Amino acid sequence: MTWHKLLRHETILALLTVLALVVLASQSDKFFTLDNMLNQGRLMTEVGLIAVIMTFVIITGGIDLSVGSILGLVAVLLGVFWKNMGLPLPMAIGLGLMVGTLAGLINGLIITRFRVPPLIATLGTLALYRGIAEGISEARSVRGYPDWFFVLGQGQFLGVPVQLWILGVVTLVAAIILGTTVWGRGVYAVGHNETAARFSGLQADRIKLAIYAASGFAAALAAVIFVSRVSTTRSDMGTGIELDAITAVVLGGTSIFGGRGSIIGTILGLVLIQALKNGLSLAGIKSDGTIVLIGAVLILTILLSNLFHRNGNR
Amino acid sequence: MTSDHAPAFVAKRTGLVRFISTYGQEVVIAGAIIALFVLVSLVSPRFLSANNLNTIISGNAYIAVAAIGMSMIIITGHIDVSVGALIGVLATISGTLATAGYPVWIAWTLPILIGVGINAIVGALVAYGRIPSIVVTLGMLSILRGGLVSITGGAWINDLPPDFHLAQQRLLDIPVPIWFMVVLTLGAFMWMRHTAFGRSLFAIGGNIEAARAAGIPVERRVVQVFMIHGAFAGLATVLFATQLRVIQSTVPPNLELTIITAAVIGGVSILGGTGTVIGSTLAAILFSAIGSAMIFINVSPYWLRAVIGVLILITVLVDIARRVREQRSAKR
Repeated sequence: MTWHKLLRHETILALLTVLALVVLASQSDKFFTLDNMLNQGRLMTEVGLIAVIMTFVIITGGIDLSVGSILGLVAVLLGVFWKNMGLPLPMAIGLGLMVGTLAGLINGLIITRFRVPPLIATLGTLALYRGIAEGISEARSVRGYPDWFFVLGQGQFLGVPVQLWILGVVTLVAAIILGTTVWGRGVYAVGHNETAARFSGLQADRIKLAIYAASGFAAALAAVIFVSRVSTTRSDMGTGIELDAITAVVLGGTSIFGGRGSIIGTILGLVLIQALKNGLSLAGIKSDGTIVLIGAVLILTILLSNLFHRNGNR
Repeated sequence: MTSDHAPAFVAKRTGLVRFISTYGQEVVIAGAIIALFVLVSLVSPRFLSANNLNTIISGNAYIAVAAIGMSMIIITGHIDVSVGALIGVLATISGTLATAGYPVWIAWTLPILIGVGINAIVGALVAYGRIPSIVVTLGMLSILRGGLVSITGGAWINDLPPDFHLAQQRLLDIPVPIWFMVVLTLGAFMWMRHTAFGRSLFAIGGNIEAARAAGIPVERRVVQVFMIHGAFAGLATVLFATQLRVIQSTVPPNLELTIITAAVIGGVSILGGTGTVIGSTLAAILFSAIGSAMIFINVSPYWLRAVIGVLILITVLVDIARRVREQRSAKR
């Protein structure tokens, strides 16, 4: 039953994506070149990493609005650890990833221990983490990273952007965990009916804690790649990225009420959004016009999906 | 959710105890505002100058007004993340009308009607299209924000006619935004408390199936609440657009989150079913007072957001602790 529904939504989405690709390719001969495709993958990575883990978060019936702020905080700290405290860069990166994970873990603790609704808890930490980033950086940016660091965000491995490999590995691991393991089934169970999941002996709180920590880690990883790609750190990095990630996840058929969704759907959602952004800009439409279209596509896709099965997104 | 209660559902208790348990969150925030004013004025007496009070209260009245509509939306069990973008779009429409030579009253009222119209569509998609409100408004956020920038090209509107600036005027020596805020807050509070329509919002947010069984036309109500929320967004726009000499094609970043936060800190349960608009207005005042206080006690404004984040978390935790205690005592 669930699989049946999933396939339906993903089929609609896949058709839409193919349609978009065909239309966009006919508008510009640059669109379907390998160079352009790989470059788009590079731009998609930061949102992609966050969206993949956000899929888990939303399947449990939660949401994480603080990821953009964690991204900004880790970016700022990366600069502070390396430049102001003089730590070696690999160590600064390691510490940054730890801080991001810790920030996610704090979200998870607030949500599971104190039963604060995820929307509110992460709304609070959205302000808190971004506030700490702003307070520490005081609008100063850090530049001048060593050359080897830029490989992460600007380099290639076997002709494919380095960060796309990272996204690929994270996606694959996430899809396997969610789709094939007992733990993955537990994620759906918690989102579908938490009380029933608890009575079945699932440790719902532990599952959620791990997922929010992973969400913080993904945001931190995205921060490192972001800094490496644009060669600088600023405290406003990642502002609004949470909405982009949530859009991709929801477009991908994950129910915002939890219990339903897939990594494949999220990746399709990401590709469709990135293709629209890129294709339309090649066709001469400004990026702001594209945002309008993405909003409309989001609403229409869910509406269509609801029309096809009346019990849709509830 | 059934254990949370709207003010009038609370079992009858006596006097002060009953008042505090019904309006706990409002009392806490009012206390916080008073404590803040006393403490900061000890450090810097100029904090209490008429000029500064005016900046604190009337400069952010538009947030309080928008938070009234948002409270209704959240009480009904929905959310709107597009309201910041909507205010931006309506402000640009208002300014464009004013500079195009239309009478100012048209520049003030037409955006309100447009706000109602746009949110009627949002409400219909939520109620009849059965799309979760966070998804519809997320899409709407993109549509409005992208549409605004691509149409205006990011240009600011500046040659506004002098009589356009409603928010800078005074009535009986009190700034117009304060009138708006007080009258709308009290009006909405009474309306939600004492009319069948107003009460039905709590019923829908508290238990939608029970509301339907009680004969409330749930779908139509949801559309209507979104329209009312659109009207409040339009009223907020009038204050926002007319307070400065220019209208930018962008709104303060995260405006929608500030408005949602004001509603939630004011005691509106994000799960729906409880809350009052007096709380949300007090919370909006508290925010701007904190921002101003930080300048007066020489804290770097860069830390403002961190302070607000801590404040949100503390308020929510205190609120949840209070509810748990109430549930326990109710069971006894």
